[in-house]
Amino acid sequence: MKRILLMGNPNVGKSVIFSRLTGVNVVTSNYPGTTVEFAKGHMTFKGERAEVIDVPGTYTLEPTSKAEEVACEMMKAGDLVIDVVDATNLERNLRLTMDIIDRGVPTMVVLNMWDETKHTGIDIDVRKLEELLDVPVVATVAPTGEGIRELVSKLEGAKIGGVEGRTEHERWDEVGRIVDTCQRLTHRHHTLLEKLGDASVKPLTGIPIGIIAIYLIFTSIRLIGEVLVGIAEGLFDNIWTPVMIRLSELLSGSGIIHDIVVGKLIDGDIDYGQSFGLLSTGLFVPLAVVLPYIISFYLILGILEDVGFLPRFAVLVDTIMHRVGLHGYASITMFLGLGCNVPGVLATRILETRRERFIAATLLAICVPCMALTAMVIGLVGEKGGQYVAAVFITLSVVWIILGMVLNRILSGESMELYMEIPRYRVPYFGTLMKKFAMRVRQFLTTAVPLVLLGVLVVNLLYSLGIVERLAQIAAPLITRVLGLPQEAISALIIGFLRKDVAVGMLDPLNLTGGQLVVASVVLAMYFPCIGTFAILFKELGIKDMAKSVSIMLVAAFSVGGLLNVIL
Amino acid sequence: MIANLAQMKNGQSGIVVGLQGGSGFIRHVQAMGVMEGKRLTKLTSQPLRGPILVSVDNLQIAIGYGMSMKIFLQVDGQ
Repeated sequence: MKRILLMGNPNVGKSVIFSRLTGVNVVTSNYPGTTVEFAKGHMTFKGERAEVIDVPGTYTLEPTSKAEEVACEMMKAGDLVIDVVDATNLERNLRLTMDIIDRGVPTMVVLNMWDETKHTGIDIDVRKLEELLDVPVVATVAPTGEGIRELVSKLEGAKIGGVEGRTEHERWDEVGRIVDTCQRLTHRHHTLLEKLGDASVKPLTGIPIGIIAIYLIFTSIRLIGEVLVGIAEGLFDNIWTPVMIRLSELLSGSGIIHDIVVGKLIDGDIDYGQSFGLLSTGLFVPLAVVLPYIISFYLILGILEDVGFLPRFAVLVDTIMHRVGLHGYASITMFLGLGCNVPGVLATRILETRRERFIAATLLAICVPCMALTAMVIGLVGEKGGQYVAAVFITLSVVWIILGMVLNRILSGESMELYMEIPRYRVPYFGTLMKKFAMRVRQFLTTAVPLVLLGVLVVNLLYSLGIVERLAQIAAPLITRVLGLPQEAISALIIGFLRKDVAVGMLDPLNLTGGQLVVASVVLAMYFPCIGTFAILFKELGIKDMAKSVSIMLVAAFSVGGLLNVIL
Repeated sequence: MIANLAQMKNGQSGIVVGLQGGSGFIRHVQAMGVMEGKRLTKLTSQPLRGPILVSVDNLQIAIGYGMSMKIFLQVDGQ
């Protein structure tokens, strides 16, 4: 089977073209370095099935970073290359084109982001470019699909161009010559978006903009979340509860099967927080508490990514980040972690050194609560008052800073300096936004719901087997003396390994005070990653670093919990 | 006048005349288009020795302070 490689600079739209050609959905984002793994799909080429690979973006073929090493390896096994070029950055992109062409593999060039050349006053003579490069060239606007059909039909004509034995300098001179011949720049006024882009990075205006943006982000996530929670709760109360009551009667109101499926009746009624049945709490938590915030978070994140805000934010916070041993980029990791820790840890791959990846992953697992946890905290702790919710998040932020500084001091090594492209602000394409959003929500539903159901089942089993009581007695001094919580809270800590949101839910029947809830939530967030994060940390850090990370988590969690217990 | 990127003032432009570092540094920097002979405009800088934003060709790049001290330019008009 023929292997077709999609290559090009980071951030040029390779992944969008990939999903257009193969129909496989990949998450696309507007910051460089997101595709560190490669995606594989298939398309029909010359009547036969061909493999298409979305290669990580690189600036050159010299192996100066992991992405480039991967790209070079893949080229050896490729039959054909589609080189995706950002038409608004011809000169820089063509340098890679030259490198690729000179390798002697059949190539075709795709001038993506063609619509933006119009906005920025760039005029490119495509015919002339084709002539000078000696390979087929097609202009496309990948998010709308323009030019894709032409791409596919011209793909057969991909040919070997280039000159053997050219030096780097000769290639660059050639690129310069080609650009001078084919590109014409006309002056145009700075658009509003560009002015906003500049303002976002100048510290005087950028920092206020950054603060306002953060405020708007969190407020909108909260508002949309609350609206959706209201709707979901209404649906559950009005439609699902009657069904559950009838089921409960059918199962004669008690007994093992009843308690597992419907849950314990509280005062003769279904209480979604306390009943803990598969079909009651097991469905309510993921769908009515967490999903609303997942929806609002990923909606906002998608917009932030596609607008191009995140790299600018990374520049603004870079200095602060270096104090905790991280790169400005790592802020993107943390943002993602707020949705779910798993993609957050995966995103640490964009950081260059092992030390940075360790610090970022550890800080993430300890101090960045995922939306599921956040949603439950807002729901449960929020009942006692907003100040308690704030206390939880303020504590986590402070620990993040302090722990980060400590790790930075203790671990030897330095983090790399920032060197990244800042893309233009652009109005996001609605279609791409929605596709990405739908994919993320779907991913959440398929992974979270089964895990929550499993969690609820395990809780029921542990209780009925009396295991919880036994463990509670063993761990009692730690829980009651240090954390100031009733010893039953151990069940939450056990379940926290599976799902943190279910664990918070376990605190409901314990009737804790506001202060106790804060201690419990903070400890739950910090002490140990949920099973998904655990698995991915194991994969990314390896067993030694993982052990180090986990011990830091446990020590930090119980210390901070103990401290809070004293303070509150 | 020759100055490094960190010393230049915001808004100044110049031609790159030197990259002071090992081959790894030079290659890393050149990859995004910052090389000898290129025209660069310094756009903004961040306080506390934060990253510096420049424009090269049709592109904006953020460069760490330490790195910017190793990029030398012939500044316009001086």
